[in-house]
Amino acid sequence: VAVVKLRSPLRELAGSQELSVEGTTVEEVIRRLEAGYPQLSGWVLDEEGRIREHVGVFLNDERAGLEEAVGDRDRIHILPAISGGAASCGANAQEAARIEGGAPCP
Amino acid sequence: MSMTDVLTEPRPSDVEASPDEQAEVLVGTKKGLFVLRGGRGGPMSVAGRAFEGILVEFAMRDPRSGRYFASVTHHFGPKIYFTDDPLGEWTQSEGPAFPEDAGDSVERIWVIRKGVEDGMLWAGVAPAALFRSEDDGRSWQLNEGLWNEPSRKDWQPGAGGMCMHSICIWPDDPDRLAVGISAAGVWLSEDRGKSWRRGNTGIVARYLPEEARASAVDLCVHNMHRAPLQPETLYMQFHDGVYRSDDAGETWNDIGSDSGLPSDFGFPMVIDPNDPDAAYVIPLVGAGDRITPEGRVRVFETRDRGASWTARTEGLPQGDAYLTILRQAFAHDGRSPLGLYFGAESGEVFGSADGGATWSTVIEHLAPVTSVRCSS
Repeated sequence: VAVVKLRSPLRELAGSQELSVEGTTVEEVIRRLEAGYPQLSGWVLDEEGRIREHVGVFLNDERAGLEEAVGDRDRIHILPAISGGAASCGANAQEAARIEGGAPCP
Repeated sequence: MSMTDVLTEPRPSDVEASPDEQAEVLVGTKKGLFVLRGGRGGPMSVAGRAFEGILVEFAMRDPRSGRYFASVTHHFGPKIYFTDDPLGEWTQSEGPAFPEDAGDSVERIWVIRKGVEDGMLWAGVAPAALFRSEDDGRSWQLNEGLWNEPSRKDWQPGAGGMCMHSICIWPDDPDRLAVGISAAGVWLSEDRGKSWRRGNTGIVARYLPEEARASAVDLCVHNMHRAPLQPETLYMQFHDGVYRSDDAGETWNDIGSDSGLPSDFGFPMVIDPNDPDAAYVIPLVGAGDRITPEGRVRVFETRDRGASWTARTEGLPQGDAYLTILRQAFAHDGRSPLGLYFGAESGEVFGSADGGATWSTVIEHLAPVTSVRCSS
């Protein structure tokens, strides 16, 4: 059983900052987390089943992909990615694009 | 459908506005939703905030139910929330999200629009898709007809992504819909969205090589609205052009060239719901600049279906004012005389209680404004 640690706003949605969830891979744990807490559906994984671009998933102290194997008592941290600052960085790049200035259109 | 000049909605001007009337305006910003309250068209204060620190793309109130909606984009994906009290708790909708086999994910939710039937709403998202709710916004379902349009694989995004930002409905003809997509043009349906066809005749994409324009489908519609009192009249702000359709979006007539506009590029557009001959645009310098021309903030009004445009400037900054006003950041309150509001990326919101004849600063120093809608 893995220990899933949630940060705001996920912990408010789940009603807890730490949950025990079964699963042998990161994806299995997240899927079971969603099944147990439907209010989290769509928050961590997108419709294509990928970890959202601006969400960070760590297995113990390492950033992890969905296929990563999970052992008993492993800790899975799910948190918003740090994406402030440079325009080339994550959310800000997307925000830069959303401001209709800049690149010619289309 | 017979396209006759008939009233299709209650005439908004039946609701006369008194000079001291109070108003509520919803302002979406990069740092949350601001609920403004105060005298109509004049200075307002922040009655409350929601979604602090998070990008609120769009917010509106459905006048039928009184329910408020907000489209919010944060690290955990785009969501729609609803509430009956914008200063209270908000509830997350179920969707909009693509089915798992769609092979795509919703990136942003650009617009939410009331439908015809009770409880029905529409939402336009990026990548360009239309969603429908039949339960007052609690859940949203993908319009499969447009999603499966065979030409979709060839659609191109604009600079803001491939977004559906404009949805037109016909209250007397619920089967009819029109949507605007950047940069996939206008799409029309006459069977409640089961099938779609293009409605682009007359639009000229000057950003394309001349020889490629006639067959162009990469059409960057920036904004599109139907005149509530005249079902066949639509107005469009194009990438570089302003157009009017007299046949419900089948064909388009240039009303932006040589008619008094300093630029026919822009995003914001409002149609006077009391007068199908009247529309407002806020031109911006085109190409990569996209700010108010000549450092002057001007709203341009036509009262003759676009034959001529007149600048409305009284009360607006007329020197060293280089503002960017985004496509959803210009709105009316439906009353008579018409109340108008627009917000800028510089955090200012301006308002008028007399159809644009005079303007006031509603509020300053907000976060960059993404949307403005009147809720009362």
